[in-house]
Amino acid sequence: MLKQIEGSKAVAEAIALCRPEVICAYPISPQTHIVEALGEMVKSGGLTPCEFINVESEFAAMSVAIGASAAGARAYTATASQGLLFMVEAVYNAAGLGLPIVMTVANRAIGAPINIWNDHSDSLSQRDSGWMQLFAETNQEAVDLHIQAFRLAEELSMPIMVCMDGFILTHAFEQVDIPSQEQVDAYLPPFDPRQVLDPSAPVSIGAMVGPEAFMEVKYLAHAKQMQAIERIPQLAEEFKQVFNRNSGGLVRTYRTEDAETIIIAMGSVLGTIKDTVDEMRMEGHKIGVLGIISYRPFPLEQVRAALMHCKHFLVLEKSLAVGMGGIVATDVRMAVTGMGLKGYTAIAGLGGRPILKSSLHKLFLEAEAEALPPVTFLDLDWEAVNKQLEREKHTRRSGPVAENILHDKGIVSAKFG
Amino acid sequence: MFEIRIHGRGGQGVVTAAEMLSVAAFFEGRHAQAFPSFGSERTGAPVVAFCRISDREIRSREPVIEADAIIIQDTTLLHQIDVFAGLKPDGYVLLNAHRNIEELGLSELLKGHRPERFCTLPATELGLKHIGRPIPNVPLLAGFAALSDTLQLESVIRAINEKFKGQVAVGNIAAATEAYHLVKEMVHA
Repeated sequence: MLKQIEGSKAVAEAIALCRPEVICAYPISPQTHIVEALGEMVKSGGLTPCEFINVESEFAAMSVAIGASAAGARAYTATASQGLLFMVEAVYNAAGLGLPIVMTVANRAIGAPINIWNDHSDSLSQRDSGWMQLFAETNQEAVDLHIQAFRLAEELSMPIMVCMDGFILTHAFEQVDIPSQEQVDAYLPPFDPRQVLDPSAPVSIGAMVGPEAFMEVKYLAHAKQMQAIERIPQLAEEFKQVFNRNSGGLVRTYRTEDAETIIIAMGSVLGTIKDTVDEMRMEGHKIGVLGIISYRPFPLEQVRAALMHCKHFLVLEKSLAVGMGGIVATDVRMAVTGMGLKGYTAIAGLGGRPILKSSLHKLFLEAEAEALPPVTFLDLDWEAVNKQLEREKHTRRSGPVAENILHDKGIVSAKFG
Repeated sequence: MFEIRIHGRGGQGVVTAAEMLSVAAFFEGRHAQAFPSFGSERTGAPVVAFCRISDREIRSREPVIEADAIIIQDTTLLHQIDVFAGLKPDGYVLLNAHRNIEELGLSELLKGHRPERFCTLPATELGLKHIGRPIPNVPLLAGFAALSDTLQLESVIRAINEKFKGQVAVGNIAAATEAYHLVKEMVHA
């Protein structure tokens, strides 16, 4: 049913349609609305049978999800930012144990400085945890990816993060087609666990593994993600059969057929990029877009194929590998090894800095003209940066950086909304 | 694409107003996108929310820079931030005030714009009268519908009924209806 609905509410409805049996969560912006809505559904009897467990921290949320999943329950949780960092040890355990938990990450920056706004630093910090990571472009896709995620996670017995841009998607009202229970039931079979804690057939899960077997266990986690490379497009195709729309898959191209310049990105910024590309196409520029939906597993071959005929590419990412440059860009460059392409990285939108069409337009023209440095920081206030550098050069006790920048920009943080 | 920016303070229902605007547009079969500016949501702090209405899918996620309409829920903001930034020459402005544009000292602002598209509405008083609370957002929504002709009053009422129940819905509908007709009278005067 087509609804004008908040992204978080839409995702909560999608999760409920997936018949989770245990939901455990700890509130943190911008994820809170999702689990609040689910909590209300469980309390009102609208989602049953389902146990909603209020936990004391994110570490507990993931630990409870691990226990629930190991006991054979379909388990769900959601988090963001510092919340994800706080549960990291358990995040690795969920993947290491092969438990098919689905978790929404409402992508948000990581402090310090404390910042509640969107970028991709949080889930990307868990790149190597063994979790798959799927990025939604719209709230419709966020809904659809969650349904596909339960299917894929349980098939492979591996956990998945569905990543959606905090606030930009979670708090946006837009049209979403919420599927029917019949459709979801036709697509997502009941959870049939590969391993289960059952007193009538006791097993150990999570015993110590020494050098004689550890590598094999780790390799198998890698092999599972390689299987996911095969399965993700197939599951998207099956999804289309049942739900009658394109959602998910590994990558998605837009106007790339004859493109000489291709812009690569993940998440909701793809919409703004597509609008910019349409404007530039009108002006005669041969430019296209490659959206990456599956960040882990990373679709090396599909990215390579999409960039096969372009001349230059630009990875625009909401993340920063401090001391190096781009995180997504590193993977993209791996994909195009030996192709002799000019590749650029643009770091954009950190901590919720708006990504404007006007800025993108200028950036893309520079990429096309091969006039960019290898790494660009989009709309960085160089004056503020240089002032601080200057201050540090002249004064030993130059003080806290963030507070200095706020002061220089005339912003009194405590008084500004 | 029609782009609206709503300025107000935490507690005045700024974000709710943008959301309801998008719901009303949805009821008219249009694409709509509403989102807040994601500040720290504290009572009294300046808050901005955005709404886009279009006949096509809305893909852009940038904040509304160039506005077709600006709704200002609290005139004390006029001294604090540039609420009119990016207003298009043929844009609409609706302010929550019982004084008119000239009395607010905003005559300069009318230069280069279309004065008939500027309007003030005593929305806080309407809120107090019909809902019993000084919340100006719903009367302003209905006033905006009347000023810009982008939405029917019926769609605003449907959006109110989706958001509120019982007496609160009844009060908001009464406030919206009075606001709608007040603005229509002023615009046609």
